[in-house]
Amino acid sequence: MSESSHYAPGTHPDLPPPARTTGMVGWVRGNLLSSPLNVALTLLSIWLLWSILPPAIHWLFTEAVWTAKDRKECWALMDAPRDAACWAFIRGSFELFVYGWFPEPERWRVNLTFILFIAAIFGGLRENIPGKKYWLIFAAAYPFIAAWLLLGGFGLEPVGTNKLGGILLTLVVAVTGIAFSLPIGIALALGRRSKLPALRGVCVIFIEFIRGVPLITLLFVASTMLTYFLPPGSTFDLLMRVLIMVTLFASAYIAEVVRGGLQGLSAGQYEAADSLGLSYWRAHQLVILPQALKISIPGIVNTFIGSFKDSVLVLIIGMMDILGLGRARLNDPDWLGLAPELYIFISLFFFISCFSMSRYSLSLEKKLHTGH
Amino acid sequence: MNQETTPVSTQPRLDPSDAKIISIKGMHKWFGDFHVLKDINLEVARSERIVICGPSGSGKSTLIRCINRLEEHQQGSIVVDGTELTQDLKNIEIIRSEVGMVFQQFNLFPHLTVLDNVMLAPIWVRKLPRAEAAEQAMQYLERVKIPEQAAKYPGQLSGGQQQRVAIARSLCMNPRIMLFDEPTSALDPEMIKEVLDVMIELAESGMTMLVVTHEMGFATAVAHRVIFMDEGEIIEQKPPREFFENPEHERTKLFLSQILHH
Ligand SMILES: Nc1ncnc2c1ncn2[C@@H]1O[C@H](COP(=O)(O)OP(=O)(O)OP(=O)(O)O)[C@@H](O)[C@H]1O
Ligand SMILES: [Mg+2]
Repeated sequence: MSESSHYAPGTHPDLPPPARTTGMVGWVRGNLLSSPLNVALTLLSIWLLWSILPPAIHWLFTEAVWTAKDRKECWALMDAPRDAACWAFIRGSFELFVYGWFPEPERWRVNLTFILFIAAIFGGLRENIPGKKYWLIFAAAYPFIAAWLLLGGFGLEPVGTNKLGGILLTLVVAVTGIAFSLPIGIALALGRRSKLPALRGVCVIFIEFIRGVPLITLLFVASTMLTYFLPPGSTFDLLMRVLIMVTLFASAYIAEVVRGGLQGLSAGQYEAADSLGLSYWRAHQLVILPQALKISIPGIVNTFIGSFKDSVLVLIIGMMDILGLGRARLNDPDWLGLAPELYIFISLFFFISCFSMSRYSLSLEKKLHTGH
Repeated sequence: MNQETTPVSTQPRLDPSDAKIISIKGMHKWFGDFHVLKDINLEVARSERIVICGPSGSGKSTLIRCINRLEEHQQGSIVVDGTELTQDLKNIEIIRSEVGMVFQQFNLFPHLTVLDNVMLAPIWVRKLPRAEAAEQAMQYLERVKIPEQAAKYPGQLSGGQQQRVAIARSLCMNPRIMLFDEPTSALDPEMIKEVLDVMIELAESGMTMLVVTHEMGFATAVAHRVIFMDEGEIIEQKPPREFFENPEHERTKLFLSQILHH
């Protein structure tokens, strides 16, 4: 089997130490240098990083200007004009980007809305929180509290919906779509599987129609055509119309995702719930939906992320969300031509929002796993 | 078959004064064009224990599923504990809460712990306070000999343990009738006994039971009557000893020779 058997015990000459398979060196050997092709790819990557990273860091951070009152001042502070990022543009426009044209003395209402939003999310989604029931009620009431805080009335200074803009408007559109599309989507999914042919037909037609029409078309319908259907003289707020369209659009997709989850359950789950004497609604509340929604989490979050990003389409009908407002700001003579800074900032905003949703859904899936 | 059990009682301890708890008359059922149950007539007395057997596809499952309306019959009548099964949803829910069912695939709710599985229906259907429901659930888990598993999820239990939880879950509703659809067919041989033991104990307590099974040892020990079905019809019904020793019909003989030799 081996030559070592020729040696008397204890007389074998020392062998070279085995190649390292652990630690830094071992990792590099195993993952980066395991074959000639791998070596070549590693070298290529190092060269790419070497040629991209330093200028990128230079442009983004080390040379970048953070305070200036306009782009001329920015250029003056650099080695050469346009040599690096002028973040002063974003800083200078930050309040506008966040609050839109919300009246300055009332901005605490936006801040409060935002803080309550965080509270509703954390309180509503956390499992072991004291007074869970009240948190859930609060989370369900949140959209209405938010509407009151933002639009005023009932003791608060009224603020027109045309004053909403920027990140605030983006969040209003996205969060409304997300918050209302889930219950509506679940109802549509259940309707589509109903035994009542009329109800089933209505749900199928609705879902298929909405899914078959681009969101932009629906938004144009909201901005122009809907007024024909309303009684003459009535003014139905444009933002409201857009919110309804965005919500309906997301609902149709959620409905199909949830239907997939419902179909993923075995017939035995329905039969077991039925055979215990649970009513249709109790069976769905306690047995069917908790499981179907759990299966659907990746698809639901995928749809949420989609609607979050689709919210920028409202700029096409002239609403000033973060993208629309940012683009308008690019025409400001003080900040002409600072598109890269703007788009990096907006990308970062969307990336952070969507990535957190995605991470949260992963941790939720892990938490709900019961070894089945 | 792999079961050695002592007979519970060879004589049915039936109360002759009582009305029948299940009464099926001239019942037919179709799946589309397929005539799955043909002219079923079956009366079950209180505390009677019936074993139903027959070849695959003969309609055994469909028959007992008609009793708690998991399947709908098209002709004839089914009266359970004085209530006729009709379209009326309220009646159906009442009957279902009085009739327990145990499935071949257990059908526990995987997202709930064992205790929550057992407590669910008492809390939401019987409106029992949570603490009381929990106490009662623990009693039934003790009765099926797995109180120590209460906090686990079904996915963490063996098949035999899951099936015993399923039995406890049904019993927690204090049903008048228990239906079993091949409760041991999905189990490994070494787990069959633990489930049958629980069922035998249940039989001793006087529960009305309809059991679809091919465990002939169980049938001999527990049943008052064995029913043989084939192609949607009840072919023969007799007390177990007579049924096994002295089958009348050719089809019964053929079936018995097949299952006794496997
Ligand atoms: N939902 C259904 N739709 C159509 N046909 C069905 C349905 N359920 C059962 N069947 C058919 O009805 C017949 C009887 O089925 P059933 O499940 O009652 O048989 P079984 O005696 O329980 O058989 P097994 O021993 O295999 O469980 C079978 O031929 C089956 O294919
Ligand atoms: Mg069957």
